[in-house]
Amino acid sequence: MKLSYFPGCSLSSTAKEYDMSAKAVCNALGVELVELKDWVCCGATSAHSTNHKLSIALPSRNLALAQESGMDLAVPCSACYSRVKKADYTMRNNEKMRGEIERIVEFKYNGSINVYSLIEAMVSKIGVDAIAKSVNKPLKGLKLVCYYGCLLVRPPEVTCFDDTENPVSLDNVMKAVGAEVIPWSYKTDCCGANLGLTSSSVVQGMVGRLLDAAKEAGAMAIVTACPLCQSNLEMRRKERNTELPAFYFTELVGMALDLPDCNKWFNLHLVNPKPLLQSLSLAG
Amino acid sequence: MQFIDSEKKNFFNEVREKSGQPIELCYQCQKCASGCIATEYADYFPNEILRLVQFGQKDRVLGCSSIWICSSCETCGARCPNGINIAEVMDALKEMSIREGKVKEKNINLFHNVFLGSVKTFGRVHESSMMAIYKLKSGDLMSDLDVGLEMFKKGKMPLLPHRIKAKGKLKHIFFSTNGHGPLNKNEKH
Ligand code: SF4
Ligand code: SF4
Repeated sequence: MKLSYFPGCSLSSTAKEYDMSAKAVCNALGVELVELKDWVCCGATSAHSTNHKLSIALPSRNLALAQESGMDLAVPCSACYSRVKKADYTMRNNEKMRGEIERIVEFKYNGSINVYSLIEAMVSKIGVDAIAKSVNKPLKGLKLVCYYGCLLVRPPEVTCFDDTENPVSLDNVMKAVGAEVIPWSYKTDCCGANLGLTSSSVVQGMVGRLLDAAKEAGAMAIVTACPLCQSNLEMRRKERNTELPAFYFTELVGMALDLPDCNKWFNLHLVNPKPLLQSLSLAG
Repeated sequence: MQFIDSEKKNFFNEVREKSGQPIELCYQCQKCASGCIATEYADYFPNEILRLVQFGQKDRVLGCSSIWICSSCETCGARCPNGINIAEVMDALKEMSIREGKVKEKNINLFHNVFLGSVKTFGRVHESSMMAIYKLKSGDLMSDLDVGLEMFKKGKMPLLPHRIKAKGKLKHIFFSTNGHGPLNKNEKH
């Protein structure tokens, strides 16, 4: 099966390991991710904060490219996903805006493709059972909390995915690869998103709250599905020691499938996850 | 909503229209505020913003910090019993605050401009140059240098930007959406 793929700006810089692990894991599970040719930045928070029309037009350019490819679109970054999904929702439901955006972006929207977050694409197109069946090296002893962040499940009328207050997709995937998933009540609390660069003390407070809760729940690590969440959890902690590393879910699936490149991904982390993995005899 | 003062009425109506949200329905249950983590670090909780808009308090709202510190996490909107998407209200207020020259969190707005400047130039964000420009313009030179350096060493901060090919389309998108956005006013298509 093939899906078109919009990696977004973070995945070619600060979140390279997410891009590499996403491609490797999907490939191993029989899904080829075909990168949109010449994709543009979704505009992120900066566009929707300052110019509403631009915030719909930029991601619509990627919708146009995906439509041209004829394949459903998978988006690994939650922030990019949110912008593309919002644009798709607007094009589907707001006729006036659709006409305007079609003129600006110079294409005809036909609603023929679906936009998925990568985690949604994996659970709906591959399936949790198929993932479980491909496991070669279960992640025994790894106690995790699953952190979904904001935009995978909100706003619910736009994302139409999983439960808004208590999502379970990541939990299910992590259980399928043999990890021990610990319940906690911070699954969808905000990490501070892009405020990290301009108001780092705010984000330090928000991240501190999450890390304290994860520790209190008894987790050894946090698993995420978003480059902003992951980098805030690593960068905005008070002391950057090796406690509670933050993983991308694709890295952990890759490790359980025993893919050869895991160490390359882990070397790119700011918080080294290897001491934890070695202590559980999961990594060499 | 009833207003005696027409200026207050106009402000309320504009926010309502721009955001597309039924602001008049807010009855101050505070469900939004109880789940909002970001505005704890700012001046007003989301329910207070809604009330101020209902009362036509233009200057207080457009000049406040909360509309910028709001991280658009969408928690409040998902929970509001009256179906008010407050993040949309916050976005509308930010646009109006820029237009009226009332931006309180200047660095956050500066960041947005520098970010979109990078997108406009390359079609994608080039983190190294974007951060350098932001730092020079904001005067905040020292923060995050250590992380930046570490990212650079790990090859996560490419020195050269990637430029997309469809430059004409990109230019057209920026040009045709320019309300009071990142484009320079004199710029020609
Ligand atoms: S949750 Fe909705 S109705 Fe309640 S205070 Fe907030 S905006 Fe008003
Ligand atoms: S969207 Fe903004 S106002 Fe609403 S809960 Fe999140 S940070 Fe608070």
